[in-house]
Amino acid sequence: MPIQQLIFWILSAATLSCALGVVLSRNPIHSVMFLVLTFFCISGHYILMNAQFIGIVNIIVYAGAIMVLFLFVIMLMNLNSDVEPQKSRLIQLAGVLSGGSLLLVLLAAFRSTNLAPLEERASDIGLISNLGQALFTKYVVPFELSSILFLSAMIGAIVIGKKDSHPHREVTSGEQLDGMDNIVKNDAPLIDPSLSNARSVTPEHEHYEAHS
Amino acid sequence: MIAIILFGSLGVAMYATWAERKVAAVMQDRRGPNRAGPFGLLQPLADGLKLFMKEEIIPNNSTRFIFILGPSLAMLTATMTSAVVPWGPDIVLGSGSAISLQVADINIGILFIFGVLSLGVYGIMLGGWASNNKFSLLSAIRAASQAISYELPMGLALIALLMMSGSLSLHDIVGQQHGFWKDGWFTWYVFKQPLGFFIFLVCSFAELNRAPFDLPECENELNMGYHQEYSSMKLGFYLFAEYINMFVSSAVIVTLFFGGYNFPFMDVVAAKLGEGSVLMALICIGAFMTKIICFILFFMFVRWTIPRFRYDQLMNLGWKSLIPLALVNMLITGGVILWFFN
Repeated sequence: MPIQQLIFWILSAATLSCALGVVLSRNPIHSVMFLVLTFFCISGHYILMNAQFIGIVNIIVYAGAIMVLFLFVIMLMNLNSDVEPQKSRLIQLAGVLSGGSLLLVLLAAFRSTNLAPLEERASDIGLISNLGQALFTKYVVPFELSSILFLSAMIGAIVIGKKDSHPHREVTSGEQLDGMDNIVKNDAPLIDPSLSNARSVTPEHEHYEAHS
Repeated sequence: MIAIILFGSLGVAMYATWAERKVAAVMQDRRGPNRAGPFGLLQPLADGLKLFMKEEIIPNNSTRFIFILGPSLAMLTATMTSAVVPWGPDIVLGSGSAISLQVADINIGILFIFGVLSLGVYGIMLGGWASNNKFSLLSAIRAASQAISYELPMGLALIALLMMSGSLSLHDIVGQQHGFWKDGWFTWYVFKQPLGFFIFLVCSFAELNRAPFDLPECENELNMGYHQEYSSMKLGFYLFAEYINMFVSSAVIVTLFFGGYNFPFMDVVAAKLGEGSVLMALICIGAFMTKIICFILFFMFVRWTIPRFRYDQLMNLGWKSLIPLALVNMLITGGVILWFFN
């Protein structure tokens, strides 16, 4: 068996078992970790196809940014296996049935499609210069459209985040962007200017009282 | 080669801990470590031995596996980045074969560094969460949001540099900065991208969790930060990973902006010694290491000079100043390239 094929099989087995781990583990943090591993395996597949750029971008964007945000939310909400809601048997059965029928449909579609064989020789389309050429010449309109979509999604997220803040509180940009400041401010009263004022006032006050 | 680089970066990081204490001592008019060996040079060994000998405590309510995974990940990601840094020019042997002083010349070198960097935060996050301590958790969350926020301006600052270099491979980028002066202007990218360099530098302070951005380990708010519950060598790994990161990011800054292993008049020296000779390679490595050590010292001077930022100031700086600046830098670079060099 050539080495590429061996690596392919090992990677595929790892991808599938990690993906199963995401679904099967009870602890949400473990699920996230399995998902990160799955992304790594998929990146391995990309690199095997000589698409290094897509492989590394997959790691940067999904494993490095999106999954960190997932972890972030799960840690903040303090989710663990105890609070996982228990579903009733009926819902579980319905889930199995619908999932299984989707699998059947996919399998049937897969059997009847005539997949063109992959190129045998090493393809260079995944290298960054070729990919850039393709994106900015042949597919420039879809590329620009999708970037506008992302921009509007970003602006939408900021608008929604703004509505949530209480009107009487001073809104800083940090709050809109990550909501971290609530915790930080509550836990760090030293930052509060009113308190530091109070502290600077107190000694004078005592001084006054001592004299009177 | 891999082993040399690994042990080299560990050694530099070891003595960076010593240098940090010496620098702090000098700046505060103290003597610093001076008992173990001449000038206290054996101090890092003594520290390491002490950490190994300490009792290892894993808190009862921690998630044991992830608790151990945290420092291991921090160490792993710290040592991985050095694989794509070109440490010196190729050495040409008598038989005509060349030895490359770079572990892997992949054509996406910079993106590899970014990938590893973005994974580095997992070590801190998982460790902080698994400790089952409120302070650790807060610190881990701070670290994560700080790292994600500052990755954006860092990447945007780099895009301007990549527009000029036209390549993501660190080998090519160093090659373009050959010598010091060419065609009436400096070859080093710091002179072509001063604003980009400045943004990159500020962001690397934040990514390293170094002062003035060491919010995740801010003692007066969070006790010790994410490694509160760690003891023994696991704590050592966290502290040590920070110093390795400092070394590697100095190496990356030097590679990208300060010409890597190039130095002024290197062609004259190369003509004397012969292109591709071992001696020439050693001089180049020496020049590279000198620049790296200057940057490490700079990181230390800043730590003992500038007080820590507040968290909202940190976020304001990242999102409201650095990102727009980086975008403007990108636009200017693009415009100049389009109008004058096209």
